[in-house]
Amino acid sequence: MGDDASFDKFKACAIDVLQVPPDKVVPEARFGDDLDADSLDLVELVMALEEAFDVTVDESELEGIETVGQAYELISAKL
Amino acid sequence: MSASGEGAGPGGRVVLVTGGSRGIGLGCARRFQDLGDRVAVTYRHAPPAELAGAGPDAVDLFPVACDVRQPAEVESAFGAVEAALGPVEVLVANAGVTKDTLLLRMGEEAWDEVLDTNLSGVYRVVRRGLGPMVRARRGRIVVVSSVVAFFGSPGQVNYGAAKAGLVGLARSLAREVGSRGITVNVVAPGVVDTDMIATLGEQRVEQLLALVPLGRRASPADVAGAVAFLASDDAAYITGAVLPVDGGLAMGM
Repeated sequence: MGDDASFDKFKACAIDVLQVPPDKVVPEARFGDDLDADSLDLVELVMALEEAFDVTVDESELEGIETVGQAYELISAKL
Repeated sequence: MSASGEGAGPGGRVVLVTGGSRGIGLGCARRFQDLGDRVAVTYRHAPPAELAGAGPDAVDLFPVACDVRQPAEVESAFGAVEAALGPVEVLVANAGVTKDTLLLRMGEEAWDEVLDTNLSGVYRVVRRGLGPMVRARRGRIVVVSSVVAFFGSPGQVNYGAAKAGLVGLARSLAREVGSRGITVNVVAPGVVDTDMIATLGEQRVEQLLALVPLGRRASPADVAGAVAFLASDDAAYITGAVLPVDGGLAMGM
């Protein structure tokens, strides 16, 4: 599982791709409602995360991922 | 980004034209050059020397080898262009082939080759080119289809299917990336004076020209004008459009 450092890295990706203030990127934040991200934003974010963490995320794994915390869990489980 | 930066008018952009060593692609490349853009062209057959030797106006084209059937070649071609000129801001997906024969004699190979180049090749090129455009929040994609997509042409079931497929590709993509300031449009040329048309035979060309209200074949420059327009600031509010450049042959069918 991940640690503080990897969450910071995750957060940096989200801030950069989604253009949101750092304090909004919290585990319970919902991508759609809270971060105003559309489907293309999420694809961009996944691609940025894949590159930053050197992991591969399959399309099917993204189903049901709605919050920052869920997405971070998905990535950190691969580390 | 382009050396001249954003808002520099029509010139100074980085343009990539696939299949740009001859025919419509070369015509487009030269047109963008005339506008002051920095233009890369992909080619499959012609070596760069031949391209550079095409005339003084072709000297500044940046040629890069690419068979659009090979994902690795698409990747390396974009890499080379980005390294030399910067991220591609205008992408003209033009590379295409024909392998004509009547359907009853059209084997899997002729079908696959034409679909792989003309439809899947555009998928590969556009997919690779799109990422930097999405990040830049702007970009222009022009896909070269054909009147055959709408009008049909005996012996070109494979070609017509691929060219019609491009319209669906372009329109779906236009909906995906419109929010990012990226337009995706299609030109549908008719009878254009190129090597490809020459393979149809003079008799077939004459038959077609009899149906063309403007009564002549197009020059590659005629098509390039439409492509340049769709890539220009004047076309900023046009996306998902199919612009026929066929002398009236299909009349927007």
